[in-house]
Amino acid sequence: MAEGRFQVRRRAGVRLWLSAAWLIVLVIVALFAPYLAPKDPLEQDLFAGRLPPFWMQGADAAFLLGTDSLGRDVLSRIIFGTRIALTVAVISASLTCLVGAALGLLAGFYRGWVDVVVSRFIDIWMAFPPVLFSILLIAVIGPGLFSIILAIVVIDWTRFARVIRAEAMTQSAMDYVASARVAGRGRFGILLREILPNVLPIIVVLLTLEMGIAVIVEAILSFVNLSISTDDPTWGGMISEGRTSIHQAWWVLVFPLITLFLTVLSFSQLGEGLKNRFDPVLR
Amino acid sequence: MSFLSVRNLSARVKGGGPLLRDVSLDVAVGEVRGLVGESGAGKSMIGKAVLGILPKAVEITSGQIMLDGVDLLALPPAQRRIKVGATCALIPQDPLTALNPSRRIGVQITDRLVDILGWTRQRAEERALALLGEVQITEPTRVLRQYPHELSGGMRQRILIASAFAAEPKLIVADEPTTALDVTVQKQILKLIAALQVRHGTALLFVTHDLGVVSKVCQKLSVLYAGKVVEDSAVADFFRAPKHPYSAALLAATPKYTDPLAGLQPVPEAVIAAVRAEVAHG
Repeated sequence: MAEGRFQVRRRAGVRLWLSAAWLIVLVIVALFAPYLAPKDPLEQDLFAGRLPPFWMQGADAAFLLGTDSLGRDVLSRIIFGTRIALTVAVISASLTCLVGAALGLLAGFYRGWVDVVVSRFIDIWMAFPPVLFSILLIAVIGPGLFSIILAIVVIDWTRFARVIRAEAMTQSAMDYVASARVAGRGRFGILLREILPNVLPIIVVLLTLEMGIAVIVEAILSFVNLSISTDDPTWGGMISEGRTSIHQAWWVLVFPLITLFLTVLSFSQLGEGLKNRFDPVLR
Repeated sequence: MSFLSVRNLSARVKGGGPLLRDVSLDVAVGEVRGLVGESGAGKSMIGKAVLGILPKAVEITSGQIMLDGVDLLALPPAQRRIKVGATCALIPQDPLTALNPSRRIGVQITDRLVDILGWTRQRAEERALALLGEVQITEPTRVLRQYPHELSGGMRQRILIASAFAAEPKLIVADEPTTALDVTVQKQILKLIAALQVRHGTALLFVTHDLGVVSKVCQKLSVLYAGKVVEDSAVADFFRAPKHPYSAALLAATPKYTDPLAGLQPVPEAVIAAVRAEVAHG
């Protein structure tokens, strides 16, 4: 029994470290992209188009993961794509979390008219199909990094608000909140000192999950050509371009896809692991 | 002189029936008053009304709650909070939810002293340490660094008691403090509350449904039925000769250890009918 429990905890630890390691690698790659990338990601060489990755016949050792139909180096494009992926993930997830968590906490704790307004707002908001909504939004305000971040925040804050509102309501009903009130703590003080620490593990999990989701949303928007300008390499953009030549050059599509998959997986696993660290009962 | 004086307090569920009907009771400085009654009689509501933690669905319709000569219901909320915070404390019913699960024990006891009463952190910590000693917690230094889930229910209730006495309140509302504990622990906790009450001279409003507890701890007693005080007596008089037929029946219904074969004596139907009629007519 005790041994089984130990096993579970250990495996959770390994997952946490593996995903953290992958994400740290990504951060380093993003920071030092110009030094790490073997080629210029935008440089075209039509004579070196659709070169296969290094282990296949006809490969050029200079292009480790091959080239796309315009002769651009796949590895270098993935490396530069990391920059946009991480920027979008971190900034948009943090902003989404800030907006959603704040509204959820206020609604769940103060209840009354605040709750009515926020809850109805969430209901209405969630009735919009999210992908169409974001495409529409970007079509109106124009593509670009800022637009993508804004689209993610505007669409996904409800995810935070819902969950955190429910949790804040549960916590508000606990006796320790009543004790704090008797002791003379004001409403806002209770919210910050008593409720927030108990909601924090959930916020952390949602935040890391949201980073994964943001990476996917950015890829989807690139796929429909509504992301950053086509000059900047993005994973979604590469997948989109690779789709047209999948039978002739699968590597153009598969390598960014694997990178995307590992990144999203790492974010969600990191969330689980962090929750266990944050929650004193599970620690 | 009474420290707490509840006068003609009535409360009801918003848009619903009455919860408290014209309740009056006094707790003198350093006195212990028991508040007994069946489930739903409104015992806890009185304590909550005094402390200002009534559920949002409950509203007070009339009456006064005089605390230390000030009518709490006439004060603006912020001032009321400060007044109550400075003079009152709560020993809650369920020790499992009454401590914040994600904060260390020490911080939970001290930060209210520091933030609200303006003590220095060092003074608050010394105070917490001394109080954990008073509630007979061994290794108090270690316990202060622990989280609630690492402690047993009895330990947590001791900590809540320590925390309630921490700011030297004049009045403590104990809301069925032993109900959630098993019988052996109940007795220890009861002794502990009684000992601390005497040592600190704190007035106590003791909400319970256990007349055995009342006989051990309290000096005065209010019996509630359906939100109305049907009897207000000194505890010694009550056990000798209860004034109201309902409280006499309640007393007779208490199982007796001396005669375990006697069985339980339910409160007779006629008595219930009579007390219902009395309450309904105000």
